[in-house]
Formats: sequence, structure tokens, C-alpha cells
Amino acid sequence: MSFGPAPWQQTNWDWRAAGNFICGGAGAGLIVLAALSGAVGAAFTGLVLAGLALVGLGLFCVWLEIGRPLRALHVFFNPRTSWMTREAFTATLLFPVGLAAAAAVPGCAGVAAVLALAFVYCQGRMLQGAKGIPAWREPLLTPLIVTTGLAEGAGLFFLTEPLHATGTQAMLAIFGTLVLVRMLVWFAYRRRLAAAAAPGANLALDRAGRMLQIAGTLVPLALIAAIVGGAVSAAQTPLIAAIAGLAATAAGAYTKYAIVTRAGFNQGFALAHLPVRGVRP
Amino acid sequence: MTRWAMVADLRRCVGCQTCTTACRHANATPPGVQWRRVLDMEFGEYPDVHRAFVPVGCQHCDDPPCMHVCPSKATKKRADGIVTIDYDLCIGCGYCAVACPYQARYKTDKALFAYGEPTQSEAKRHDAARLAVATKCTFCVDRIDAGVEKGLTPGIDPEATPACVNACIASALVFGDLDDPQSNVSELLAEHQHFRMHEELGTGPGFYYVWDKALP
Repeated sequence: MSFGPAPWQQTNWDWRAAGNFICGGAGAGLIVLAALSGAVGAAFTGLVLAGLALVGLGLFCVWLEIGRPLRALHVFFNPRTSWMTREAFTATLLFPVGLAAAAAVPGCAGVAAVLALAFVYCQGRMLQGAKGIPAWREPLLTPLIVTTGLAEGAGLFFLTEPLHATGTQAMLAIFGTLVLVRMLVWFAYRRRLAAAAAPGANLALDRAGRMLQIAGTLVPLALIAAIVGGAVSAAQTPLIAAIAGLAATAAGAYTKYAIVTRAGFNQGFALAHLPVRGVRP
Repeated sequence: MTRWAMVADLRRCVGCQTCTTACRHANATPPGVQWRRVLDMEFGEYPDVHRAFVPVGCQHCDDPPCMHVCPSKATKKRADGIVTIDYDLCIGCGYCAVACPYQARYKTDKALFAYGEPTQSEAKRHDAARLAVATKCTFCVDRIDAGVEKGLTPGIDPEATPACVNACIASALVFGDLDDPQSNVSELLAEHQHFRMHEELGTGPGFYYVWDKALP
């Protein structure tokens, strides 16, 4: 037993940093899902613009967090090794391409989706690069951030489906698959991390995990099954799908919030050997 | 080549925190910011208990995670192993702070003084460039550079040696060139068993902990 300073929750990144992962991931996911849906016209434009707005909101959250906001452009200085720089570059490309896609410029929808995917991947790698935080440096966090971003995007797609009416059975199947894959990645992540994380981090992750399992997975899957199985009338389908989307999105957002602001315990200090004073024991 | 490194002899450290105070004095760090800290750690259960005082701070790693993640290239590593921060480049994103496994980095958003209002000394030495950016131990790089320029030997000549090492009452902290086999740190490490903190992370700290004499 060691009575040194036990691992403590990092305080450098708070809700503003979490906001970037929540909004950026969901926004990028929505752009990907919009491209996958095959939506056209105003529906596609609206979805892509909403996705870009979320990505922008996330970046604005980060801007609020940095100590020297007037130097924000310095974030572009280290593309060679920094995933934060790479995220910034990807976002810089995503906005014009996304706007072009929203304006129905041919070929841009697919490129925007790829850039959105790259953006959310950068976010995962960014957290993984934080070597001082065991719950973040775990390599499985990157696939978790990517899958939860996509699942949240799918959730937002169906949450807004009453507005754009482009939801199909195929999109429902994609939504269900993403929710399921996210849960499987979460289980793998938790299993790998259980021994390495501080007790406080495990507690926060378990709480988030319960939310993700019930609200983020079981509820959406049950509702999707009800729709696909014909238990829901056609008139009620958009509402039920929207509830499923809301549950999946909210649970994903809470999970990321918990990972960043609740499970960000460092690993404290450790001595490989105790000092030997006088004679050896 | 030169590779500046520090050695803490855990058998000698008595936890007096003179190094902490010397560092704060030399570098004018605000309250709550300790670039050189000494941890008081207890191990075991009564009656088999042990206590160790452990100086910590920036480990000036061979492969510093803080440098790799820094988006602005404010954090750099010099050829002599010292990891530096350019306060004029740093955007204060805190990424380096969460990347450091040694909790060595600080970010102070507002000017803080020991008694609220700045004392004369604090007012004179306050550096606004260090607000809202990352700061950490520099191995007193200015002293080292100025000393080397004068032909002095860091770790031997106090004028060219980090303040914490100069101040240590028990000679528990030793500083020198790891690439010189005749240097004080090289000889100390050759004659003793030692380890580095969180070595499994592959950061290659330039800070060694001596815990016992070499096995016969």
C-alpha cells in the first residue's frame, strides 16, 4: 500500500474540451450519415449544415478553453506529430468542402464524409495521445470515439428525421449496427482499462457505461426492433425513431463528457524500489 | 554530445523542501506552482512501514509526450536533452499537461501572489508572458547556458547548476552530463542501483532515482 499523492482528476480540460468531443463527434457523424443516406436537396443541405454547425460549436468550445485565444492560429504549427493540429487542419478542409456539398456541388458529399470521418478519428487520436491519463491513452479509445461519433450522428439523423423525412429501413439498420458496435467497443475498452485506471476513473466509467448500455444501446435497439418488426404504426415511426435517436445521442454525449471530465485521472507517482537505508532488508 | 540529467538519491532526501523553495525563489513561480516538488510517500502497513521523500518535476524526457502533442511547437527539446517551452508560441491549450505522465506542467490563468497584493519582489519579477500558458521546470536552463558560456561545469560549479541542486542540504540532488562517463551523475549511476519513474511508458526520463548501492 502506498500513501503518496493518489491519482487525481486532471483539471486542465473541462466541459469546454468535452464540448469539442461531444459536438465535433456528433456533427462529423451526422455529415457521414447524411452522405450515406443518399438524401438530396434541402434535406441533405440541412443535415450537412447542422453537422458543420456542431463541429464549429465544438471548436468554439475549445477556443473558449485555451489560455491565449488570440494565438489560436498557432494550433496549425505542428502537423508532423500533434493530433490537435491535424484535427484543426481537417476541420479547415471540412468546412469549405462541407459547404460545397451542402450547395450540391457534385462529388463533394463523399469527400465531406471522408473528411468528417478523418476529423472524428483525429479526435480519438488526440485523446489517445494524452499519455498522462490512463483512461485516455488506451488505444481502444480511438475506435470508441469514432464509433460513438458515428452512432451520435445516426442518432441525430433520426432525431431530426421528422424534419427531413429521409429515414429508411436501411438507415435504421445502419443506426442499429452503429449503436451495437459502439457498445461492443465500449465493453472491450472497459475490459482493457479496468486494471490500469484509478478507482475514481473506473467508478465514473462504470456509471457512464450503465447509461450507454441502457439509454444508449438497449432503448434504441428495442425501438428500432419495434419499428422494423412492424409493432409501430407508420404514423408513429418518426416519433419512435426520434426517441431512439435522442437516447443514443444523449448517452454518447454523456459518455464522452464522463471520459473527459470524470475519468481523466492521472496515474499518480510510483516507485519501482524503496530506498535502502543502512543494511539491506 | 551532452545530455543533461538529474539524479535524486532517495536514501539521502529528508523531505526538507529546500529545493522546492529554492526553485520558487530562483524562478519566481506563483503560489501553488512548484516546478520542483518533494512527495512524502508512505508504504506498507504497521508495523512494516516505509517512508520515502521523492523529488519530482519535469523529467526532461528523451521522447517527451508533451512535445509531440503540442500543436504550436512551443515545447521543444534541445540537443542537450532539456525540454523547453516558448511562452510566446504557447496557446495554453493544456494538451501538454494531460500528456505529461509526471504532472510536471502548470497553467496559471491569473496573476497570483503570496499575500494577495504583490510584494516588492513579486512585483519586480512578475512575468505576464507566463500567464495562461504552460510552465514547468527548465533545469534552470539560463544558468546552465550562461555558466557553460563562461567555461563553468553545470553540476559542479554552483553558478551553472540548477537552483534546486545547489540548495539541497543533503546532496540528494545531483546534476550533470549523462554522456560524460566521468561526470558526477554518470559515476553515481554506475555505482548505484537506480530506476526512472513510469519507465514502462517509454518516455525515457532524464531524471534518475538512486535507491541502493550496486550489488556486489
